[in-house]
Amino acid sequence: MTATSPVEQVGGGVATYVDQRVGSNKFLARNLGKVFPDHWSFMLGEIALYSFIVVLLTGTFLTLFFKPSMVEVLYDGSYVPLKGIKMSQAYASTLDISFDVRGGLLLRQMHHWAALIFIAAMSVHMFRVFFTGAFRKPREFNWIIGVVLVTLGLGAGFSGYSLPDDLLSGTGLQIARGIMQSIPVIGTWMAFLLFDGEFPGTEFISRLYAVHILLIPGLILAMVTIHLMLVWTQKHTQFPGPGRTNDNVVGYPLLPVYMAKAGGFFFVVFGVIALIGGLVTINPIWIFGPFMPDQVSAGSQPDWYIGWLDGALRTMPNWESTLFGFTISWNIFVPAVIIPGIIFTALALYPFLEAWVTGDKKEHHLLDRPRNAPTRTGIGVMALSFYLLLWIGGGNDIIALTFGMSINSITWFLRIALFVVPPIMFVVTRRICLGLQRRDRDKLLHGYESGRILRLPHGEFIEVHQPINAKELAVITGKTDIAPLALPPATDADGVRNKHFHVKKLRAKLSGFFYSENVALPTAAEIEEGQHHAAHDAAIEAPLHAYEDADQINRAHGGVLHHPGMPETNAEQLANDGGHL
Amino acid sequence: MSDHSSPESHENVPAKLGYSPVADIEHKPRLTDTDPKAARRAERQVATMFVLSILLVIAFVVAYIGIDKSTIVYIPLFGEVGALNFALGLCMGLGVFLIGAGAIQWAKKLMPDTEVVAQRHEMASPEAATEEAEANYQRGKTESGFAQYKIIRRTLIGALALFPIPLVIMLRDLWSTPAGSPSPDAILSKTLWKKGERIVVDGTYVPVKAEDLPVGGLISAVPADLLEVEEAEGNLNARGKAAIIVIRMDPSDIRSQQGDGWDYQGILAFSKICTHVGCPIALYEQRTHHLLCPCHQSTFDLADSGNVVFGPAARRMPQLPIGVDAEGYLVAMSDFAEPIGPSFWERG
Repeated sequence: MTATSPVEQVGGGVATYVDQRVGSNKFLARNLGKVFPDHWSFMLGEIALYSFIVVLLTGTFLTLFFKPSMVEVLYDGSYVPLKGIKMSQAYASTLDISFDVRGGLLLRQMHHWAALIFIAAMSVHMFRVFFTGAFRKPREFNWIIGVVLVTLGLGAGFSGYSLPDDLLSGTGLQIARGIMQSIPVIGTWMAFLLFDGEFPGTEFISRLYAVHILLIPGLILAMVTIHLMLVWTQKHTQFPGPGRTNDNVVGYPLLPVYMAKAGGFFFVVFGVIALIGGLVTINPIWIFGPFMPDQVSAGSQPDWYIGWLDGALRTMPNWESTLFGFTISWNIFVPAVIIPGIIFTALALYPFLEAWVTGDKKEHHLLDRPRNAPTRTGIGVMALSFYLLLWIGGGNDIIALTFGMSINSITWFLRIALFVVPPIMFVVTRRICLGLQRRDRDKLLHGYESGRILRLPHGEFIEVHQPINAKELAVITGKTDIAPLALPPATDADGVRNKHFHVKKLRAKLSGFFYSENVALPTAAEIEEGQHHAAHDAAIEAPLHAYEDADQINRAHGGVLHHPGMPETNAEQLANDGGHL
Repeated sequence: MSDHSSPESHENVPAKLGYSPVADIEHKPRLTDTDPKAARRAERQVATMFVLSILLVIAFVVAYIGIDKSTIVYIPLFGEVGALNFALGLCMGLGVFLIGAGAIQWAKKLMPDTEVVAQRHEMASPEAATEEAEANYQRGKTESGFAQYKIIRRTLIGALALFPIPLVIMLRDLWSTPAGSPSPDAILSKTLWKKGERIVVDGTYVPVKAEDLPVGGLISAVPADLLEVEEAEGNLNARGKAAIIVIRMDPSDIRSQQGDGWDYQGILAFSKICTHVGCPIALYEQRTHHLLCPCHQSTFDLADSGNVVFGPAARRMPQLPIGVDAEGYLVAMSDFAEPIGPSFWERG
């Protein structure tokens, strides 16, 4: 045993003390060497986690100074332009944080930036998980928790944005109330209960405050904990690569490499957020002024993650109907409640829908490359394009102003594009994926194109193909080919009608849609033949007289340049030369 | 192929390559693995980052104490910025960043970079565990008599179903209505405007005469009573409903109105609250008489009864009938004839 330092002796003592009470050494024994695979895209979830921690830290600081009250006060802080102006205490205390608490502005801006980064990182992390099929069995629950986390993140962001009670956030609340009132039957009462009567009332900010600093963060914290515990017990997925199979996990041990890298990355994220918070202004509420329900500023924009909802509100045609003396505001209810409801439900259900369609019941720990699941990738890109179009809709006034376009034409373009563009994106993406699959197959069979053009003695030009390296080989062959479900028979052997025939038929058809066009990996025999060809390519560079049976080159590559009278093959050329060069 | 749910039927995997899928994991030694000098250099780099981080924390404290919070400095690229905020952000950001950068550099250069392999195990519990769980469940079922005592079971379910009711019911007083106060839709349908209520300029509360407003002009206005009511109620609710815009156009430009003679010599008053989701509107284009909502771009034609000409709003902008009082000041002739602002279920 090596000499132990005094610090280690104390540490060991503590470990023993704790272990005797909670049995922690069993956990440490199992987990200190836990293997974590490495890939840049696995850091997206880490960014989300770390920015959330920064949000919690900075938020705690802000609660010490913020006063969530709509009581009217006269501002008497050090921001001169607003001195003596009537405003809510919430707004006044936000001004104090920004101008009179040293470091207050830094922490307020860090809080806001970290929140934006939190939601952005969660979103991109979700795309990664979706496009690589990481949500498949056994990780469906964690996918749902992720969808809940994104939803909670949006709620946290919106509720926080609304607290300072500045002109912009108040307008946001006004819109939120308008949306609430569009909910059939209960909407009006809901709005009156939540706002304690009419808009804006005097209670809403303090109620929202409880939601923002207790309810939502508590839920997020609980969900994040479960999310991470599941990642821990299920072990992280990995991309295909040398030595990586569905049954193992290849990477770095928790102690020391992963701990140093992941722990270090926390400080990197924290540091970058602090830098942005110090150097880049965000939400300068002192410019907007206090909230007044009869004032608004042009070009007002919500935070980026609400943009798509605002876009949906802007793009929707103005339909409203009256039924038995009651009003249904389709123009608000559909874009602000129904569409988000459908989107989040579809997101949460996707793993189950896909598993049902494909009939896949196996555990998957090896990630799909997006190209190897063309239908899923197509669906993902389709959904993304829909989202992006809505998001563009949220900025239609900015676009109109910047490019001197008519806002009406932009809106009409979007109304049509929302239905036309996503299907096109689906088809195009799917075709691109299938093309890439074919290219992969080609690489396995013939190697990669080396870029070296060789002219054979008889005039043929060929490009020399070289075998791909072991890493690429492992990546390409890490794919599992799955056959689509077979069409069920309409009747069984005794002629009895197959129960649920139509459902099963639909499922088989969808499964065929999912898989049937996939390009299968070459079989061992095909590979061998391909390698045989590659060997010939290599032989071409050897002295020509050592070369035999050149006929095959023609067949393998085609594209021979002929001139009348020229020998067609190397064999012919050799014969012409009398066997000498 | 009768049943297609068994996973085996999908195992149509083509023959794999002629090599084992577990290829050797490539590893090239790093410079720090082979050259002790490079390793020492890396050690110094890491330590330097940690030292810089310590210095930056000290700099943070110095800046916190030393820089006045109102100092403005010019920083190239960033423009005029608050010196304190800039210094604190820079020191804290870089200081924290360097801890992370140091740790990562340490891991990358000095800790082993060979990948290792661990085996996975199926998530499902072993058969024995499942059986034990099942047996325990059966024991609990029998011992409790949950299946046997039907009446206990049903009443328990009933009790559990009702138990949240008190918690929900107590939410009713979130809206602290005094007894006998009007219903939500009645409240939403009424504003401060009434016959003879003077129109005053928002902000200054000065009453307006017809000649104060030129053709093409616009003012944001509120009822003269508003200040008093706001004081009495202690909120901005009345303002949120009563705010109007008053515009003047050539009477011959008015194509239609929501009521006969609701204008006064070409002066029209409309609600300022958008009928879509309630944003206040103030973008008025006097040439077309269009009013545009800055939030979602609903457009209303004020020369044509305030009807919607574009955008997501479904309802026209409510018009306030106006006239003048004995002293010649603009006044409302009544309240709005329809509820202002966003639609709601009971509106009809």
